[in-house]
Amino acid sequence: MKEYTAPRLDRPWSEVNPGGIVLDPGISVTYITGTWRTMRPVRDQAQCTQCLICWIMCPDAAIPIVDGKVDSFDYDHCKGCGICAEQCPVNIKKPHSVTGELGKVIQMVPESSEGGE
Amino acid sequence: MTDRIRINLKDIVNNEERLAPGHRLCGGCGEPTIMRMILHAIEGPVVISTATGCLEVSTTVYPTTAWQVPWIHSAFENSATTISGVEAAYKALKRSGKIPADKEIKFLAVGGDGASYDIGFQWISGALERGHKLVYVCLNNEAYMNTGIQRSGATPKGANTTTSPVGDVIPGKTQWRKPFTRIMAAHDIPYVAQAAPHNYRDLMTKVKKAFAADGPAVLNILAPCPRGWRTESDQTMVLTKLAADTCYWPLYEVDHGKTVVNYKPREKKPVADWLKVQGRFRHLFRPAYASILEEIQARIDQEWERLLKEEAAG
Repeated sequence: MKEYTAPRLDRPWSEVNPGGIVLDPGISVTYITGTWRTMRPVRDQAQCTQCLICWIMCPDAAIPIVDGKVDSFDYDHCKGCGICAEQCPVNIKKPHSVTGELGKVIQMVPESSEGGE
Repeated sequence: MTDRIRINLKDIVNNEERLAPGHRLCGGCGEPTIMRMILHAIEGPVVISTATGCLEVSTTVYPTTAWQVPWIHSAFENSATTISGVEAAYKALKRSGKIPADKEIKFLAVGGDGASYDIGFQWISGALERGHKLVYVCLNNEAYMNTGIQRSGATPKGANTTTSPVGDVIPGKTQWRKPFTRIMAAHDIPYVAQAAPHNYRDLMTKVKKAFAADGPAVLNILAPCPRGWRTESDQTMVLTKLAADTCYWPLYEVDHGKTVVNYKPREKKPVADWLKVQGRFRHLFRPAYASILEEIQARIDQEWERLLKEEAAG
């Protein structure tokens, strides 16, 4: 994805593109939807099986891919909806690296708590 | 029939994201997930036109856009018409040599259920009749969610919306939903299908079949709305799975007139399982509304039987 700086909101009409056309594809990344979050997903990377279900189910493309593998979360854009944690199919055998609880590879923790990569 | 299509996430995981994050759709909304699945299933360049609705307003808050593909919006009713014009222009430019003859571009129109079932209905019909090579996708969240949950032609019977409020007079919406998928199939176009995002393989296979079809194609996709359905944001995929398991939302396709049911639940769940998890249907479980609950179950059973008969008929 291209690197952008947030667009100016104080442009005079004479500098606006005709028809209000936006010529920067994907410039919405400059808007931080991560501030909406009340619960935060955390992943136990070591026990993750890389099934990619969380990646395809994420509404915000907030699960970055590094070398074909899911890698943590894009906390700038994750809205904390919890779909990834709900859909994660992997029941872990050892306690979760962040929460210390059994359950899924992806678990939700309150935004105010410590943890997350 | 096309060859068997296999969807493997490992094959597409390195594709570019064509719907960027930072869009303002609510947390847990079904629409962006479905759009991402569609865009990952499309190979090569695509032009998208969207009707007025949640997807349109939330992905293009001025001066930003979440789209990384050419995208047009003109009005509520005419996404199918707009993309028809783009497709016609593409053909003309190809004829005159301004676009190379071997360059293939795909055309996608997207609308919500308001734009598809009600406001843009005749315009979709026109585009299908003219035979443009395009795919129309209805992101069906079963009411006008963008403007604050007003009933639409897709809203199911008994649902509580701001324009079909539950009270002493009515038990939520009093009419049954419009059979949009069947009406689209009645246009005798090459491909019509109904899908849901919990089954991403089925959904993405249908997208590939729709774009491979030799003419217009329509997909009707169930898109849960946590605000309007009164559900928790993490339940989105659980809900569409329930919709398929109760046969409230059968996953099926009509490929060149031949009906195929793609998912038959091993054990058909009672429709109450689907209704009771949503706040918009909570009132139906009061004793006074027992008859409505029975009526809904009877109607779902009847529609499912009819679908199975149509499949058997070939």
